[in-house]
Amino acid sequence: MSMSQQVELAKQAGERTHHFHGGLRLRHHKKISCGDPVRQPPLPELLAVPLLQHVGDIAEPLVSVGDAVLKGQQIGQCQPCAAVHSPVSGIVVAIQERPMSHPSGQPGPCVLIKPDGTEQWAELDRFNDWLDASPDSLMAHMQRCGLAGLGGAVFPTHAKVRDGHNRRTHTLILNGVECEPYISCDEMLMREQPDKIILGARILRRALGAERVIIAIEDQMGAVQKALTSCAEFANSENISVIEVPTIYPEGGERQLVQSLTGLEVPLGGRPSDLGMVCQNVATAAAVAEAVTKGKPLIDRYVTVTGNGVSHPRNFRALFGTPVSHLVEQCGGYTDDVARLVIGGPMMGYPLSSDDAPVVKASNCILALTHKDIADPQPEMPCIRCGECARVCPAMLLPQQLQLFIRNELWDPVQTHGLSACIECGCCDYVCPSHIPLVEWFRFGKGELRKRTLESEAAELARKRFENREARLSRLKQERAEKMARRKQLLKDKAMQQDRIRASIERAEKKGRTKLPTQNSGAPDDT
Amino acid sequence: MTRSFGTSGAPHMPPPTSVAKVMLQVLLALVPGVLAHAWFFGPGILVQIILSTIFALLFEFLMLRVRGRPLKPFINDYSAVVTAVLFALCIPPLAPWWISCIAMLFAIGFAKHLYGGLGQNVFNPAMVAYVVVLISFPQAMTNWLPPTALAEYSMGLNDTLATIFTGQVPVVGGWDAVTQATPLDTLKSGVEAGRMVPEIRNSPLFGDFGGKGWEWIANWFALGGLFLLYRRVISWQVPVAVIGSVLLLSLPFWLADPDSNPFPLQHVFSGAIVLGAFFIATDPVSGCVSSRGRLIFGAGVGILTLVIRRWGGYPDGVAFAVLLMNMAAPLIDRYTRPRMYGE
Repeated sequence: MSMSQQVELAKQAGERTHHFHGGLRLRHHKKISCGDPVRQPPLPELLAVPLLQHVGDIAEPLVSVGDAVLKGQQIGQCQPCAAVHSPVSGIVVAIQERPMSHPSGQPGPCVLIKPDGTEQWAELDRFNDWLDASPDSLMAHMQRCGLAGLGGAVFPTHAKVRDGHNRRTHTLILNGVECEPYISCDEMLMREQPDKIILGARILRRALGAERVIIAIEDQMGAVQKALTSCAEFANSENISVIEVPTIYPEGGERQLVQSLTGLEVPLGGRPSDLGMVCQNVATAAAVAEAVTKGKPLIDRYVTVTGNGVSHPRNFRALFGTPVSHLVEQCGGYTDDVARLVIGGPMMGYPLSSDDAPVVKASNCILALTHKDIADPQPEMPCIRCGECARVCPAMLLPQQLQLFIRNELWDPVQTHGLSACIECGCCDYVCPSHIPLVEWFRFGKGELRKRTLESEAAELARKRFENREARLSRLKQERAEKMARRKQLLKDKAMQQDRIRASIERAEKKGRTKLPTQNSGAPDDT
Repeated sequence: MTRSFGTSGAPHMPPPTSVAKVMLQVLLALVPGVLAHAWFFGPGILVQIILSTIFALLFEFLMLRVRGRPLKPFINDYSAVVTAVLFALCIPPLAPWWISCIAMLFAIGFAKHLYGGLGQNVFNPAMVAYVVVLISFPQAMTNWLPPTALAEYSMGLNDTLATIFTGQVPVVGGWDAVTQATPLDTLKSGVEAGRMVPEIRNSPLFGDFGGKGWEWIANWFALGGLFLLYRRVISWQVPVAVIGSVLLLSLPFWLADPDSNPFPLQHVFSGAIVLGAFFIATDPVSGCVSSRGRLIFGAGVGILTLVIRRWGGYPDGVAFAVLLMNMAAPLIDRYTRPRMYGE
């Protein structure tokens, strides 16, 4: 099927739901954190706002120690990433390396702000009527407000919208599929602020130049569909449909969601925008609505604090920079048997070594697990080639083959077997009867491939430099040789000339003239 | 108040399964067939299972020691027990004790550990063991019993034990009084002697489809196989391909000449086809990985079994067919790599 035919088919997205390959039906554990309404925790004593909240460069701090900052004031700048803002009004007490909520576990630069409790806002610019605003000005505003994907990948929103805008997007997909167990922050947001999500959807649709919006939610979210649908009706906005998809992990993956809605696969190495579709998280849409209509930069998010390791699991609207320990305290603290602290869900989340780490744009869930939840680490056994990993792989890869190639450092087959298409969902890891840490191997393999690419690029650069140098040297050598030759010729000519002069003088002397040629010395040449 | 936590990679959930659990489910699925075997042919099978399990664990222990591998995880994974039970199901119930000793030496020592242990063996260890003793000790491997209902003299546990350990049948008339050719043997020698299949089938040894007793054992193995399918321990491709190819391939022969060719269902319910389809050809280590690969692998096993039964020197050919397909498995996998998402 040609790409344009696929785009046409993609326009009918959502007429019925389709299956994606593999995946798992997992126990949800979501209800435990959904009981209470979302609460704003009291201000912590100190906020550590990281200057690096997503993949990319560290933002340049715009403030220095001792500065007073207002709530919503920009404190970090990064082109082309999203900006960083102060979540409170207060004093900058330090800019230093702090433990981070990052998979690497490495500390990173943070702006430490001591709140003054006045919560005084900086001056905000907003659109009085966004319907009149141009897509470009909307995108620029999104970047100024620091908007980034709140589903977990934290890709800068303006960049994604720009790409979608340039590639003729017809459908905006709002991702409300929270497929990982335990996490319920998006569900709570859809319950409590459906109007903001619909408004954000309309703004994003305008910025993208898209025709329709599909809000995808799980089929087990109960009242959410009704809330969103009635808000869409109230806004009198056409072409917004709320579609339930089956609750199968990892349905919330961009590629899996597109496949569920359209039956089409995003091309290998491509993006949903190849099919004319752009996915945004529902929380991102709500943040877009607040940024555009109120001018509010991205300074907080809904965070689920849950698991059997905390006393009262619930959802918070937490400011970035709030320490994880502060939120856990608001949940009544840890239970006695808490054993592991995870940022994110149990399938893809990464463990925190300390609860000092701050909440950032990517932190959708803080999961405290007990010994019983995680069980003892099992010894790794050899692969018995049962093929379960391939059966559950949503990217339709052969995880066990890949793992074998990576172990043996066979990088060519690693690439042809599509390591780069792995979404690290962890399904293979979970079902493996031999308890092989497959995802860890895949991350390692991806790192090695990146290193090799960089190395080969560096080698290529060095080769080019060497060749250029060789060419330059040989050119110089040739030029020098030519110069030498010219000079030699010149000397020869001069010598010949002098010979001739001498000869003519001799001739003149022979003729008995005593008068030496003076003015006519060049005369022989004229002959 | 900050707190530190241990870090360990995702997924942060207890694994739902393990190698040991997989193997235990296979063993559980074999129980009905084993009980049916004991019901129809006496307690010999149970003695053989115990014997080969002891020898298998012994050689597993020794090989792990020699190779310097940790004992606990590998002894407790039950893979050696599965090999032992599958082998015991292939040999005559009165086979002498040293048969399983030699067989397990080859299965665990050679076919498994010399190739690198669990997960590394190219050939199915149980089938290697069976073929080794079948070829080396053909006499001992023919001591099959008739179903107890047809036997002139039915052997109790004491007689069985005495026979297995002394090699002498403690019964008047000796071996001739208690043993009987299997239905497949009877069929093969009968057809070779020029008799018609329907005529051969008049023998009381035969039931509705396969041999009397045998067909019921096959049913119970099939039931165990369905349990494994339901539990997703095995995938449907291999059993469907094995049984399907046997049915499809034997049908034209039977239609063309029903007098010298058994009808398709008789093939399926005789010998080791059902056991092989659900329990032996489905061994993941020595089989194929991709779905298409498993279909080809299963079909290969079915076709080769029929070829050996029809033209080969042995009445049944499942073990040879499985080993031959084991050789082809890596090549099949190479050419049946599934398409990736978006490819």
